[in-house]
Amino acid sequence: MTTPSLDAPAQGGLRWAVKDALVLTGRNLQHTTRQPELLFFSTVQPVIFVLLFRYVFGGAIETPGLSYVNFLMAGIFVQTTAFASTSSAVGLADDLSKGIIDRFRSLPMARSAVLAGRTLGDLARIVLVVLVMTAVGLAVGLRPASLGGMLGAIALTSLFGFAFSWIQAYIGLSVPNVEAANLAGFVWLFPLTFASSAFVPLDSMPGWLQTFANATPVTPTVDAVRAMLNEGLPLQAPLLRSLAWIVAITVVFSILSVRKYRSVT
Amino acid sequence: MAAAVEVEDLVKTYGTTRALDGVTLQVPQGGVLGLLGPNGAGKTTTVRVLTTLLRPDSGRASVLGIDVLKDPDKLRRIIGVAGQYAAVDELLTGRENLVLVGKLYHLPKAEITRRADELLERFELTAAASRVVKGYSGGMRRRLDLAASLVNRPQVLFLDEPTTGLDPRSRLRLWEVIEDLVRDGTTLLLTTQYLEEADRLADRIAVIDTGKVIAEGTSDELKDRVGGSVVVVRPANSADGDRAFAALSTVGEPVRGASGDLTLPATTGVTLVTEAARVLEEAGIAISELALRRPTLDDVFLTLTGHAAEQAEEQSA
Ligand SMILES: Nc1ncnc2c1ncn2[C@@H]1O[C@H](COP(=O)(O)OP(=O)(O)OP(=O)(O)O)[C@@H](O)[C@H]1O
Ligand SMILES: [Mg+2]
Repeated sequence: MTTPSLDAPAQGGLRWAVKDALVLTGRNLQHTTRQPELLFFSTVQPVIFVLLFRYVFGGAIETPGLSYVNFLMAGIFVQTTAFASTSSAVGLADDLSKGIIDRFRSLPMARSAVLAGRTLGDLARIVLVVLVMTAVGLAVGLRPASLGGMLGAIALTSLFGFAFSWIQAYIGLSVPNVEAANLAGFVWLFPLTFASSAFVPLDSMPGWLQTFANATPVTPTVDAVRAMLNEGLPLQAPLLRSLAWIVAITVVFSILSVRKYRSVT
Repeated sequence: MAAAVEVEDLVKTYGTTRALDGVTLQVPQGGVLGLLGPNGAGKTTTVRVLTTLLRPDSGRASVLGIDVLKDPDKLRRIIGVAGQYAAVDELLTGRENLVLVGKLYHLPKAEITRRADELLERFELTAAASRVVKGYSGGMRRRLDLAASLVNRPQVLFLDEPTTGLDPRSRLRLWEVIEDLVRDGTTLLLTTQYLEEADRLADRIAVIDTGKVIAEGTSDELKDRVGGSVVVVRPANSADGDRAFAALSTVGEPVRGASGDLTLPATTGVTLVTEAARVLEEAGIAISELALRRPTLDDVFLTLTGHAAEQAEEQSA
């Protein structure tokens, strides 16, 4: 059975859909301010990562032509935003389990608004986390090549996190409860982010793992962020590949998630 | 009077469970229908279909002439719903919850503020309005949820067990609020397990069991179906329940009540009391109470659903 009229509000159309999404983004941000401890720990975690990798592995890993800090930061940026995206899965699973989604579904809202509000609000948190990491990175010896390159790195990382939030939104709607959302949101991110160019040069890995690492969205994104940080260069192959991944993930998973949202009960 | 809610032959299955097995009902414009049924009867499922939250497998439903399945967004504008479990945002304050709903209805800003104040007042939440809902009691959450369902001044309101979990005073207060709404012309469909609630609020009652409406009518009509009166028997020793049931089965169709009482629909009036006394005495069962009284909605409920359960057992046996 097709349900075309479920897609958008009968009147108001796109303008209302955007407004609904913004109202719910506001709600998501309000939640953040009501849980300062959550915000604190979600920023402390990346800080600890930066310090750990910098000082534990910093001496041991060969990074030709770069200081390990300059090599490392791109990896930490990308991994941390991927981890931060799990809050989209957890947030939606929480809304579902508390029945709030039922309230929203009984209102004349665009079906996409709850999801867009979630991912946009989470994007704001991701940007904040990236900025904190940048500050810590600078403090422990990160020396970006140019301001433009650094801003580009911050922007690309944040967009990457936003795309992953849509995957997480789909996960959050698909699992039975908040605990499962937390686990299901995280578990695949470990192999995906560690088996990449995030923390060690790819050529130090066995061939089959390099093949895997090159086939994921993580490696081109890390490479592009690294290049922007260290060379200040914007346009190159990894950047285009990374952007292609970001667009593809966002489009595919927003469609899947909205479809899922309509059918959850 | 035109029907505000029309439901025809709704079916919804979950695996092998027929949650709705051909539900048909109507609520006239401005009327109040009480949907009464035991746990798992299909009350919530019916409400979820009517409020666009769930698609049935088959059947038709319309509210104020709007097809629930074809035009859900149009419908969402004019109905209000409070589900069985309060759907409120724990991290927002009471007022913020109402404002959020108002914004999502795209009401003008001034109207949202006015409406939020008015509803907080009406549900006695003004003092708690600026507190985060996390710290609310269960009853306060329920009241806030009900307030949220009224933000858009719905013409048709769906309440799924609205007073479950409320203390007697809050329940009474809420009944008054609901009566006010009905007086102002709101059409109401409410589900409840409290017969007293259905008796007081509803013009008509539909008894639902295992996904079917098994009886429908005014409270008095339903009571008449049980018979003019019922005989109530309370064994002195609760362990005698089964034996008393067996003994009474020889003179009528006993139904077990919640407190260990047995009731017999008494179409034959006083004679049944003497007959009941005789069979109990012959069986040697001591009783602490034997009385004849007007049936309550409780009796109706037990008689109707009790029979249904028995028949289901016989069929599966
Ligand atoms: N999502 C679901 N998945 C599987 N079965 C379901 C689901 N929702 C309801 N059911 C089943 O459908 C039947 C009707 O459920 P429903 O919630 O409508 O009952 P109810 O009358 O509201 O009961 P209660 O008084 O306990 O709230 C029950 O047997 C229930 O187990
Ligand atoms: Mg229910």
